[in-house]
Amino acid sequence: MRSDLSTGRASDAPHYVSDFADEAVVQIDSVKLDERRSNLWIDAWRDLRRRPVFWVSGVLILFITVVALFPGLFTSVDPRFCDIAKSNAGPEAGHVLGYTRQGCDVYARIVTGTGTSLSVGLIVVLLTSVLGILFGSLAGYYGGVVDAVLSRAGDIFFSIPYILAAVVIMSVLSAHRNIFVISLAIGLFAWPSTARVMRAEVMRVKNADFVMASIALGLSRFRILLRHVLPNAIAPVIVISTISLAAAITAEATLSFLGVGLPNSIMSWGNDISQAQATLRTEPMPLIWPSLALIVTVLSFILMGEALRNALDPRARARR
Amino acid sequence: MLYYLVRRILQAIPVLIGTTFLIYFMVFAMPGNPILGLFGDRAPNPALLERLEEQYQFNQPFIVQYLNYLGNVLQGNFGLSFSGQSVNEILARTFPVTLQLAAIAIVIEIVVALALGLISGLRPGGIVDYFSLGFSLLLISMPIFVLCFIAQFFFAVQLGWFSPTVGANTSIGNMLLPGIVLALFVIATPIRLARTSVMETSRSDFVRTAYSKGLSRRRVVPVHILRNSLIPVTTQFGSDFGLLIVGATVTEGIFNVPGVGNTLYQAIIRGERPTVVSFVTVMVLIYLIVNIVIDLLYAALDPRIRYAK
Amino acid sequence: MRNGRIGLGLAALATAGALVLTGCTAGGGEQGSSGGSGVITANGSEPQNPLIPTNTNEVGGGKILDAIFAGLVYYEADGSPVNDMAESIETEDNQTFTITIAEGHEFTNGEPVDADSFINAWQYGALLSNGQLNSYFFEDIQGFSYETDSPLTGLAKVDDYTFTVTLNAPRSDFPLRLGYSAFYPLPDVAFEDMTAFGENPIGNGPYMLSGEGAWQHDVKIDLATNPDYTGGREPQNDGLSIVFYATQDAAYADLLAGNLDVLDAIPDANFGTFESDLGDRAVNQPAAVFQSFTIPSVAEGWADPSAFEHFLGEEGKLRRQALSMAIDREQITDVIFEGTRTPASDFTSPTIDGWTDSLEGAEVLQFDADEAKRLWAEADAISPWSGTFQITYNADGGHQAWVDAVANSIKNTLGIDASGNPLPTFAESRSAIVDKTLTTAGFRTGWQADYPGLFNFLGPLYATNASSNDGGYSNPEFDALINEGAVTTDADAANELYQQAQEILLEDLPAIPLWYANVTGGYGEGVDNVEFDWHSVPLYYEITKS
Repeated sequence: MRSDLSTGRASDAPHYVSDFADEAVVQIDSVKLDERRSNLWIDAWRDLRRRPVFWVSGVLILFITVVALFPGLFTSVDPRFCDIAKSNAGPEAGHVLGYTRQGCDVYARIVTGTGTSLSVGLIVVLLTSVLGILFGSLAGYYGGVVDAVLSRAGDIFFSIPYILAAVVIMSVLSAHRNIFVISLAIGLFAWPSTARVMRAEVMRVKNADFVMASIALGLSRFRILLRHVLPNAIAPVIVISTISLAAAITAEATLSFLGVGLPNSIMSWGNDISQAQATLRTEPMPLIWPSLALIVTVLSFILMGEALRNALDPRARARR
Repeated sequence: MLYYLVRRILQAIPVLIGTTFLIYFMVFAMPGNPILGLFGDRAPNPALLERLEEQYQFNQPFIVQYLNYLGNVLQGNFGLSFSGQSVNEILARTFPVTLQLAAIAIVIEIVVALALGLISGLRPGGIVDYFSLGFSLLLISMPIFVLCFIAQFFFAVQLGWFSPTVGANTSIGNMLLPGIVLALFVIATPIRLARTSVMETSRSDFVRTAYSKGLSRRRVVPVHILRNSLIPVTTQFGSDFGLLIVGATVTEGIFNVPGVGNTLYQAIIRGERPTVVSFVTVMVLIYLIVNIVIDLLYAALDPRIRYAK
Repeated sequence: MRNGRIGLGLAALATAGALVLTGCTAGGGEQGSSGGSGVITANGSEPQNPLIPTNTNEVGGGKILDAIFAGLVYYEADGSPVNDMAESIETEDNQTFTITIAEGHEFTNGEPVDADSFINAWQYGALLSNGQLNSYFFEDIQGFSYETDSPLTGLAKVDDYTFTVTLNAPRSDFPLRLGYSAFYPLPDVAFEDMTAFGENPIGNGPYMLSGEGAWQHDVKIDLATNPDYTGGREPQNDGLSIVFYATQDAAYADLLAGNLDVLDAIPDANFGTFESDLGDRAVNQPAAVFQSFTIPSVAEGWADPSAFEHFLGEEGKLRRQALSMAIDREQITDVIFEGTRTPASDFTSPTIDGWTDSLEGAEVLQFDADEAKRLWAEADAISPWSGTFQITYNADGGHQAWVDAVANSIKNTLGIDASGNPLPTFAESRSAIVDKTLTTAGFRTGWQADYPGLFNFLGPLYATNASSNDGGYSNPEFDALINEGAVTTDADAANELYQQAQEILLEDLPAIPLWYANVTGGYGEGVDNVEFDWHSVPLYYEITKS
């Protein structure tokens, strides 16, 4: 089952069986001790690296990250130069994806906008997942007063109309319209639905036999939550988070459209998509290209989430 | 059980007070003077402006305005809109329409998401699994505006299968197209959630036990797998229902549904405090009720979940 | 977080578009009411105020009021006034007008339309404590006050059907204004309970509400023809059903699907396709809507005077001219608006009598990159430019595309940084201007005429201290010319003076004219005789339906 045996064999060539077995037993014992301490996460990693889906999505995500960090490597066209004479013009040499309605280079804008869109998406997902997991698991696990307070707080946040919240936050902080503030405006009122799903899963899992067993063994309640309940209840949140990534990226566009988005000088896919809507029937391409970039990004994260989730689920591992 | 219900209903009181306060504050904090907006591009004379600010109580401090509003609400009076209509009437007119639309959407969402999620989860890597992944990806990357526009143009205008707008005729048939669009817009998450849950449940011991007992697939899938996979998806349906009521602004606008979404949006943009706050208040009430129902459903889906006392 | 929660916020976005300036509209028919009978279905929007003439200043309500009320005069399609309730409007000095009302007209409740119907309605509309949005229409009448409740002493009843109006100063275009809805008469019953009246108005126009509850809020209003109306706007159809649309997109879809007879606003997303969709049933003609952006002429009083420091005095004049010549209006109206805007050649509108495209100095509105650069460099010699030139606009009005295009045009021509500065709501953008908290040099401005006269485009916007002079422009020469025009009886002579006044504006550019908005619309196959008037509204009473 383990590849550790190869070390033993390589060290000394002319061996007898007894020697070999002796060493191996020691090794296996020690490894088992290690394994117990490292628990879930190391197992998950071992499992993960064997999955092609992980590598494919990993390479894609790496590539998108490189584009986001160093857009200059991929384009030398100025995305801010727009000549209306070129409005919605098709591809030509040096401008492979053609032009937007305002006559800007579609490709250069997509490349330059990657950083913004990816950052907004990831920050929002981080925000909603952290708040959602924290509040949801505490509410679901402890129930009673904790549940009442946290869940009702979530209800208040959830029922605030998104447009209103965004307009107020972005107007109040209008002097600091940056990626963090806009992510805050998007994420601050979106976490309760993640929290509710987390809470439901925790409520289900905390009654499972292995949790009962842990309680019987005398582990502390909080420890059980961290060690046993959370890892088994996290799958739906991973699913929601990967989809939320797309929602956050398009939400940034909505905010721009409402006049409370990022300043014009900061490019993003969402902004390009929303501006291209005006000519949807006649010139769909400027809308399709940034949407494709969005699809590829979200797909990579969905696949990564899928691989991660499978790796974290001991039953799924057992099957392989 | 009864105790639990009573407790949950009592919890609605602080939530309502908290929400109205927060919303009132947010509308109050919105930059710009709504009265100036009423005059279009022409600035009103200061005396007239003051007169109107008085009429709408805009010159009062925030807390006075809020308490006045709250006092009126406790007497069942939600105030007046800028157009002089009673907000009570606006609520009574718009909420039934939107509730109906949301119900249509949620039914479609439940049926389609569960079907696709279940099949994908039972056969991961199968054709349906790939189809629903592609379908979800397409939907989440498409802004709602585009979705509405395409649906309206092709299915209503070109093919004539549906009426392009709803207007006065709010029958189910007439609201089907916007209902489908709304359902599609929120469906990606429950499909993926259902798929994941079904996959996880299929691997669990009790499912293996059920099969080894010799139970047929036909019995194991609905009774053991589906039922035990429903908790996260059900939660999601609950959130979606709340969302569809208050957030269907674009869809309601494009399909001309005389419901909550558009009225609320206009009220927000125009800074009509009583209208905005009252809409959100009713919305919170609905959302709280939906959440109670869903929490009770958990107990039905998983007998191990019990609401004490 | 949910996919929907966020994406749905997109709601407003495209659809909110023209809400404020043009009062967003949409109309469409619902299947029931358009079938068979000669009732026209038209697009509209839920009125934002009760249906009281002196309190309605947006298109949604205005369209209904124009159908159910008749004023002293009405406007032909070209804007020329024709007597409706009036028998005659006479004046010697353009300051005192004697108005005689034709006998025999009635409100639909049987009350006669007489001098009191007008006097009482105007007194109500002008009184400060009634808080009417249109009260400024009465500001020229003697006795009017913004500060206190004061009756219009300039209104005097001569006999049951005659009254006189005395103005504070001569105004030759006063009779022209009388077709605007603020001057409509009201029956006595209105003053008993104005709120109830606003819900079920009783008028004297070609149409009337088809019964109690004809106004279904957010849905539609059904109007039947008024058999007692004997004015010049006799309906050629059996009624009017104005359907309220939240967005123009919805109305357009209904028009294409044959559920709507007449649409008076094409949604932006269909500018490129509506003429091919509708063929000869498409309408695209200039309207009395002028669009511009304004750079304040004085820095005093603004919270941040440094925003305008480069736009004062001689330097400012050069920079305004340079900016104006750096904008390629032809191309922007062509590309962004698909030909639904007409590049401006003055400060008014081609639908108005007296308009001309050959004013002296109008070349400053032509795109000329070299001249623009030269002027800008000349200004730089006085004081070097630094920073970004920005135009503030309200994001809920569908302005982003053209503001961006204008900014790009300026940027590319002058080589300076330029961009738009969106504020989320119309109320906020108005507050920034009225409360003088603006932080950018430029801001979007626009004007839709209340009545078809050149003065209406000039006096309220550029006269010293005028009510809509947002930029604080003041030029005594200009003031003198338009005041002279206002008291000149001969229309051509008056227009001549207004044109001279405009030539001053072309030099000073208190606002930088961009284009005239066209009225875009269309109609269904079942209707004929669809004519759009100077005010962008179809003449519904003329429409016939087979």
